[in-house]
Amino acid sequence: MKPGPFDYYRPRTVDEAVDLLAATEGAKVLAGGQSLVPVMSMRLASPAALVDINHIAGLADIEVGETGVRIGALTRHSALEHDPAAYAANPLLRRTLAHVAHPTIRNRGTTLGSLVHADPAAEMPGVLRLLGGSVEVRSTAGVRTIEAADFFVGPLESALNDDELAVAATFPRPPDRTGSSWCELARRHGDYALVGVGALVTVDEGRAISTATVALISVGLTPVVVEVTAAVTGTTVERAAWPDAASLVADAIDPEADIHASAAYRGQLARVLSARALASAAAAAVGREAA
Amino acid sequence: MSTDALHDITITINGVPRKLQVPARRLLSDAIRHDARLTGTHVGCEHGVCGACTVIVDGAPVRSCLMFAVTADGADIVTTEGCRAPDGAMGPVQQAFRECHALQCGFCTPGFITTISAFLETNADPTEPEAREAIAGNLCRCTGYQNIVAAVLRAAEIRRDAGPGR
Repeated sequence: MKPGPFDYYRPRTVDEAVDLLAATEGAKVLAGGQSLVPVMSMRLASPAALVDINHIAGLADIEVGETGVRIGALTRHSALEHDPAAYAANPLLRRTLAHVAHPTIRNRGTTLGSLVHADPAAEMPGVLRLLGGSVEVRSTAGVRTIEAADFFVGPLESALNDDELAVAATFPRPPDRTGSSWCELARRHGDYALVGVGALVTVDEGRAISTATVALISVGLTPVVVEVTAAVTGTTVERAAWPDAASLVADAIDPEADIHASAAYRGQLARVLSARALASAAAAAVGREAA
Repeated sequence: MSTDALHDITITINGVPRKLQVPARRLLSDAIRHDARLTGTHVGCEHGVCGACTVIVDGAPVRSCLMFAVTADGADIVTTEGCRAPDGAMGPVQQAFRECHALQCGFCTPGFITTISAFLETNADPTEPEAREAIAGNLCRCTGYQNIVAAVLRAAEIRRDAGPGR
């Protein structure tokens, strides 16, 4: 279980890194490596070259502003999880990151790397989709910003081109009077979720629900976002028919069976976890309003 | 054509700087065991699942089988051998493992020792659920974990009794 040989490059700046990516055939970016290294050890991938960005300064920053939380390419999961300002701006990030593998993996793995890896069972792509975030990428041609809705193309496939380096991602701050939550079920704590659901619920000043949205992982080739406002609009948080909203979710997805779960079980989990996540997000929405 | 060209790196292991020459594909776990000749770090699954190879990199526990040694150039690494007391006696976690009978075959133990040593630096007085969460990423096929959880709590006690700085 050893990786094959590869050429190794260690750029010191982002400019140097994108020059290397443009000039090197078959190069992959190495950040945290928590997905790339095992895949290489199992020889499922043998990139001809790795561009190691771990020694580039300034890529690990977490910026919390009015628009949201912006992370860099070297922001480790654990750094984002434990950042007080990021938690205050958007508690969903910390709550969801607690489900991403184990603390030891989160110490090394990067959140942006997880987005680029685009595993259909990974949590943070679901969170980026739910919040309507974006990824900023650089190449020798310049900078472009890719919206979350366009970023996840297929299983393990993002919209990033081979010569592009993802340098930042922004998780937008949810609107006022919005609650969020993440619910998932995994066979063992820290494993990939059989189904994971993130929910965002916004209420008006009279505590009536104005919008409700969920994002699901592990039920499709990419994260699936379902707007369920129609089932609960105008009702109060206490009287909201979350099972009806969950039925909308069940109608919108087409999960597949694999070694871990049947398609029917995944559908049932999606229904149950959606109702649970929505109710929890709604409770948080009024809790935040009261505070 | 990709090559196995050698790279000069310096990593500090248990306080001792070591200059190593490694190919880029050398895993940190293999660099520690084969190049630095510190065989306390064990390699189990070699794809990040079992936790046996966990070492402390710049203060945080990390799977050494999921890092290339070249990436660790300049890092400060503590292995299970470095988790002993300054006088060379057993460190608090090692002592607790002995007292609580927290190992049987011992293969997974180095990963637990490093993981728990780093954890207690961030949480000196864990609850039992916190102790379980702390070791959730490490597999042990012998003990059933009960005694390892007990050892986490006992190690915390030993550290507290020893006072600041262990």
